[in-house]
Amino acid sequence: MEQLCERLARDLDGSFEDLVDALGDDVYSGLRRMHGDEAADLTQETFIRAYRALGTYEPDRIRELRLRGWIWTIALNLGRNHTRDRSRRPQPVELHDIHPVADPEPIDSALWQARLDALPIAQRRAVVLRHVVGLSYTELSAALGRPEGTVKADVNRGLARLKRLIEEEA
Amino acid sequence: MNIEDTLGSLRTEMPGVTTEAIRLGTGLVDGFDVFESPIGDVVVGFNVRGVSFVDLAAGFDPDETGRGAVQATPPKGWDAKIRRAIERGRPADLPVDLGGVTSFQRSVLEVAATIPYGQVRPYGWLADHVGNRGAVRAVGSTMARNPVPLIIPCHRVVRSDGRIGNYSLGGAHNKTDLLGHEGVDLDRLASLAARNIRFVGSDTTGIFCLPTCSHARRISDAHQVELKSAAAAEAAGFRPCKVCEPA
Repeated sequence: MEQLCERLARDLDGSFEDLVDALGDDVYSGLRRMHGDEAADLTQETFIRAYRALGTYEPDRIRELRLRGWIWTIALNLGRNHTRDRSRRPQPVELHDIHPVADPEPIDSALWQARLDALPIAQRRAVVLRHVVGLSYTELSAALGRPEGTVKADVNRGLARLKRLIEEEA
Repeated sequence: MNIEDTLGSLRTEMPGVTTEAIRLGTGLVDGFDVFESPIGDVVVGFNVRGVSFVDLAAGFDPDETGRGAVQATPPKGWDAKIRRAIERGRPADLPVDLGGVTSFQRSVLEVAATIPYGQVRPYGWLADHVGNRGAVRAVGSTMARNPVPLIIPCHRVVRSDGRIGNYSLGGAHNKTDLLGHEGVDLDRLASLAARNIRFVGSDTTGIFCLPTCSHARRISDAHQVELKSAAAAEAAGFRPCKVCEPA
């Protein structure tokens, strides 16, 4: 990631697609579990905003970015605004369906989605970012703009609640 | 499997279509779509800044465009604007991305964009209108590199000797076809040029015009005066038309 920052700082247009390759699955997977079918549009918008933001940053600021946490501050903001006001979201560019959407799902994905949806929003975000996306607690704390202790507590409460839900099902 | 590992298996790949949408939305690649034109199907490229290229659809290779291009639906509202721009041969309210040209070329293209439908202007007229009378050759090469032919109507820029000159979009026959489609009387232009006639004046208004100017076309044969140069016109008491600005 540090190397990627260096390349982004030197040549944004030449290396931005590497950032999309490196973090696209992260962002899409997480948004998918938080916003369902809107994930593709929100992922698209996240990276477009990231690109525009990077275009305005001084190279030194780009070199010091923690990309994972940073990209999630953008994605989470968009997610919040999206939930708050669907109509104000910019119209995404539409593509012809030239690529079939490859989306291999584990069999019990719908059930797990229902369980995640049953969590309070703060716990759902924290659990998804920690365990679906795989952010470290440092990254998670940066992305959510909250202390590590708070985020850890949200993850643990979320996991405990999921366990209870599964037990109740059985 | 414990809860943590199961959650980890919910990770999914970002769809390829989203990758393409990001490349498009950032302007790292252009989108393109196919449109009808008087000379057959054309592809029109676009990005966040505007329409970026026009090319014949036959033989088009997206990998040979500057940054690469993917087939896409134009941004909302642009579809109708692109159709209209091709039909009328002017950009009007359609944004055009002239990012790849020099500032001189940009000013030449901006003036070329104002030439009305059904009219032609000599290369020299264009050079004069960007304030560089001697730059006829540079004007010619700018026309040859016009990224958006049809929309910026470089087909309306012709040689002053009555020949229509080259055309980048498939060759000179397409230029002939386009001007014919717009109702330009090429035989008459050739016949005037053969006699060294550059302008026509009206002996009732005392105004002289380029031969295809809409005002020139209103002069009846009985009142039409053929003129060989602006100097000759002014010597004979004519003043230049304020619409076509003959020079």
